[in-house]
Amino acid sequence: MTDLTCDLGFLRLRNPVIAASGTFGYGLEMEPYLDLEALGAYVVKGLYLHPRRGNPPPRLAEAPSGLINAIGLQGIGVEAFILSVLPRLQKYRTPLIVNVCGETEEEYAAVIERLNPEKIIAAYELNISCPNVKQNGLCPALSAEATYRVVKLAKRVSQKPIITKLSPNVTDIVSIALAAEEAGSEAVSLSNTFLAMAVDPETRRPRLANIFGGLSGPAIKPIALRLVFQVAQRLKIPVIGGGGIMSGRDAVEFLLVGAKAVQVGTATLIDPQATVRIINEIRDYCVSHQVERVSDLSGGLILE
Amino acid sequence: MGLLEKPGQVVEHETWGDYHRLTVFAPAIASKARPGQFVMARVSSHYDPLLRRPFSLHDCDGEKVKIFFKVIGQGTALLAQKKPGEEVDLLGPLGNGFSLPAAPGAAASILVGGGRGIAPLRFLAQKLRKLEQKVIIFYGGKTRHDLPLAQELAAEGFELRLTTEDGSLGFKGLVTELLATELPKLKPGRLYVCGPEAMMHRIAEMSKAYPLPAEFSLEARMGCGFGVCYGCVWPIQRTSGVEFTRICQEGPVFSGEVIVWEKKS
Repeated sequence: MTDLTCDLGFLRLRNPVIAASGTFGYGLEMEPYLDLEALGAYVVKGLYLHPRRGNPPPRLAEAPSGLINAIGLQGIGVEAFILSVLPRLQKYRTPLIVNVCGETEEEYAAVIERLNPEKIIAAYELNISCPNVKQNGLCPALSAEATYRVVKLAKRVSQKPIITKLSPNVTDIVSIALAAEEAGSEAVSLSNTFLAMAVDPETRRPRLANIFGGLSGPAIKPIALRLVFQVAQRLKIPVIGGGGIMSGRDAVEFLLVGAKAVQVGTATLIDPQATVRIINEIRDYCVSHQVERVSDLSGGLILE
Repeated sequence: MGLLEKPGQVVEHETWGDYHRLTVFAPAIASKARPGQFVMARVSSHYDPLLRRPFSLHDCDGEKVKIFFKVIGQGTALLAQKKPGEEVDLLGPLGNGFSLPAAPGAAASILVGGGRGIAPLRFLAQKLRKLEQKVIIFYGGKTRHDLPLAQELAAEGFELRLTTEDGSLGFKGLVTELLATELPKLKPGRLYVCGPEAMMHRIAEMSKAYPLPAEFSLEARMGCGFGVCYGCVWPIQRTSGVEFTRICQEGPVFSGEVIVWEKKS
């Protein structure tokens, strides 16, 4: 029997596979397709304090082995989430992680304070890639200082562990990861999507109404893998890796470069049961490679 | 749990120029599907193109489903290469279907399909006929090559109004032009519409002016097809105001009264 459990220190998971935010709705939409109990954890769609309209369509464009999205974090807001979603998730014991958004630092804190009393929430994932309305739309993820500030504030108000989700659209992700760690973040997750665009040569227009979007899917996996490796080398806190994971072997690669757990996102859009399939494939890999504990894979990259 | 179909065998592949129709053995979907619902099809067993493609259910006979499409890009081009005996991975049935009249009535249902927009209307026409509704199908395209199903629908006994922009088959002009002159004579009870956005928009205006209940099957590039990605939205009038609403989850069929056509921003 392979031991798939995954200990993040602040949170113990049944297995290392976490359904990523933005590709799993609020969890409820996935009920027809899979047993939420099978997952390591799941991260629900990013929540601001208030409902959010999102970007105008078209919001999606394809790239070779990739998807560019510009959803604009459309969402129901914290109150509707507490009122209409949380009661229906109570029956699941799988750790629920809420992706927390904010247009200002204060909004992140307000969302966290509002969610703190909800016992079912196991941790917050801080989405520091949200444009900050007070700072010319720059998001905290783009600088170590702003990241430090928002994580520090979140830590001060939060009664639950904080996972900081890092953006790859920076010159030195390690310095930003270190800032999150220094501010008290219990873990980091990476990578968020890569800023991208697509053009229709027939109409000579951008394919996305928002012009820019975030690239995800197998196209980004090699870059995400390198980023996870670089960050995991330097951080003491656990790194949750992801970016284009479509199979158990993809997940194993992220574990080998130092991730303690993985997030599966875009794969769910193509196969709603992808997370469960990937868990089984990780188990198969462990069996065929005589790995007794999946946690032994983390950082197992052979370099000499 | 449901809504998932194991990859099903292609039983038949019919071709009319750029238009294709696949019949796929998919009993789990076929047994549950209602007109207006759709499936998400994998077009490649690799990850390029990455996303599934949405297709309206064109016909369901208990074990088999049909999808009807025109080759318009990479995804449909790949699907057009499927041969009988090969497999297609379908997810569905997804979304909400057309609303059906509660009781048999004298007023006809008019179905308006533009080009490949005929896809969901064939399944609907068959269902309406079973419900003893009078059905009249308006079927329009640029040329007669865009009306590949005209003969078959006529052979099945459906009352047809064909239009082509070049006059190569039926009324010469737009399907909306013929509809405008025919509506007062036909005095239908309701409209069901699927086709290009400009066509649907024009018919939505007509149905409001008349007034006449009308339902429209909307289309957008979809990420997932089951409501988690919020990629396929359209501005829809809801109780709380105009909201970007998921075509895959709250649609793809919407009443003409709530669809906002003019501006998408």
